Amino acid sequence: MKTRRLSKNFLYVPLIFMAIFYLIPLYVMLVTSFKSFAEVDLRTMWNLPRGIHFDNFVEAYSKLAPSLWNSFAMVIPAAVLSSALGSLNGYIFAKWKFRGADLVFPFILFGMFIPYQSILIPLVQFMNAVGLKGLLGLTLTHIIYGIPITTLTFRNYYASLPQELLEAAKIDGADMLKIYRHILLPISIPSFVVVLIWQFTSAWNDFLFAVVLTGNKDWPITVALNNMAGSQIIAWNVQMAGSLLTALPPLLVYILAGRYFLRGLLAGSLKG
Amino acid sequence: MIMRGEGTANKSPHPLKNWIQVLNMRKLIKDKDRVLSVLLVSPSILAVLIFIYVFIGWTVRVSLSKWKGLNPDYSWNGLTNYINLFSDPRFAVDIRNTVIFTGVFVVGSILLGFLLAVLLDQGLKGEGFFRSLFLFPMAISYIVTGVVWRWLMNPATGSRTSGFNLLFSYLHLDFLQNAWHTTPTWGIAAVALAAIWQMSGYTMALYLAGLRAIPHELREAAQIDGASEVQIYRFVVLPLLTPITLSALIILGHMSLKVFDLIIAIAGKQLPLDVPAIYMWQTTFDGLFYGRGAAISILLLISVAVLIIPYIVYTLKNESFK
Repeated sequence: MKTRRLSKNFLYVPLIFMAIFYLIPLYVMLVTSFKSFAEVDLRTMWNLPRGIHFDNFVEAYSKLAPSLWNSFAMVIPAAVLSSALGSLNGYIFAKWKFRGADLVFPFILFGMFIPYQSILIPLVQFMNAVGLKGLLGLTLTHIIYGIPITTLTFRNYYASLPQELLEAAKIDGADMLKIYRHILLPISIPSFVVVLIWQFTSAWNDFLFAVVLTGNKDWPITVALNNMAGSQIIAWNVQMAGSLLTALPPLLVYILAGRYFLRGLLAGSLKG
Repeated sequence: MIMRGEGTANKSPHPLKNWIQVLNMRKLIKDKDRVLSVLLVSPSILAVLIFIYVFIGWTVRVSLSKWKGLNPDYSWNGLTNYINLFSDPRFAVDIRNTVIFTGVFVVGSILLGFLLAVLLDQGLKGEGFFRSLFLFPMAISYIVTGVVWRWLMNPATGSRTSGFNLLFSYLHLDFLQNAWHTTPTWGIAAVALAAIWQMSGYTMALYLAGLRAIPHELREAAQIDGASEVQIYRFVVLPLLTPITLSALIILGHMSLKVFDLIIAIAGKQLPLDVPAIYMWQTTFDGLFYGRGAAISILLLISVAVLIIPYIVYTLKNESFK
């Protein structure tokens, strides 16, 4: 037993080694962001900063601020609306199956795996035709292409609830909407958290839709950061601070609600 | 007792008739609910129908057209756009890069994810902390990962050495220094390293869920039979994890076919690191070769569908057996 425990402790060696590997990019982002302009040098990029300075952040924020707020303005309604739709759809696909529901469902699921390039040309044409280019069109796009995964997550949750729960309510004369509002909605809060986090993160991190649907006035932060990194004028240290700024909102969500994030992750591979 | 019975009788003189009424009411509610549920779900179904299936059909039509330039041109071009792609040297580079990227990324993420899951499954203290640590890159945008890794993989040499190459020289591992993503032919493998950093936590989560689902009795039984720890993994655990490996292969495989933002953020639109998703984007929206762009995207869709459709069908079928 003793040797077993001892050998178990050796397992910390590879674990810590791996932890360092995962932390390296975060380390570089952090130390670079907090260095003063005078200290910034690619040849000393691994050194700790000699003090806490916000030069890089101020510079990055001044460049990225409008895009940062664009991202919030787009992501929040997108996450809320696609979660609401997903919950309603999930309820119906789990508990009110209409004729052909089981046939329709896989076609909806397929939508979450397609390479979006295959709908990009019509999407841009469509948004131009209806005058919805820009942030509003991007929000709508995230709501629509969010339907498959939000529907799936809620359907799986509602399907796991016992049918008796509904039958009892039906005998008491509750109709479909009443059952949803008074019985299912109150107990779906955890699923809402999972889906909201998932939609928030994926809309925040999206680049492809954003780059074709928005112009430089309504760029979300991922597009603005990429353009900042591509320009020769903006120093790498400011790019690092900008990266941290871009990563921060989803990272905070992850730190605060990691457990729910993981469940969304597994749902995305149909394993939720 | 009699009083109560009389009372009931007074309120409903024909009990049977009353029941029929109740049943009719319930059927009515049921019909109403059924109509309502279809009504509520139809906007979403319609949206999916239009924004996925009609749009795919539309893209197919564009891919069979001569559309080149700002204005739509649907004049028939047959399969020309597709045929041209197969003699297009840029598309050949794309296919080579996709194959290399997929190989490195999928194998790397599965091996690393499995290793991490097994390590975390040993009941060590701090398991939750390590698990969160390995997963956090998943929350970050590919663009952020790309921008940071681009500086980590800085290929500059001499006095301008930085990033990993500088770290290697600190550690006296100079032989590991290399040109990373600027390496000819194999540069895309360096991009796959960044992708492994981002996605291996996900494979770890999949395997960890699989390991937790294996009943303890099975391992104990093998232990009693005298199997060593390694043998237990080889002959008991690994075979039971085959379905997980299969889903990981499919999910990671389809991701690598779609890889786009990460490469853009690391290397911009450099030809040596080109992949179909970037070619499509560039030729369509910068070059205005809509017909060609559409053809690339449909080939991309077909390759993803070949992986994903059997997966969806299999998963849903298994689910209904439960």
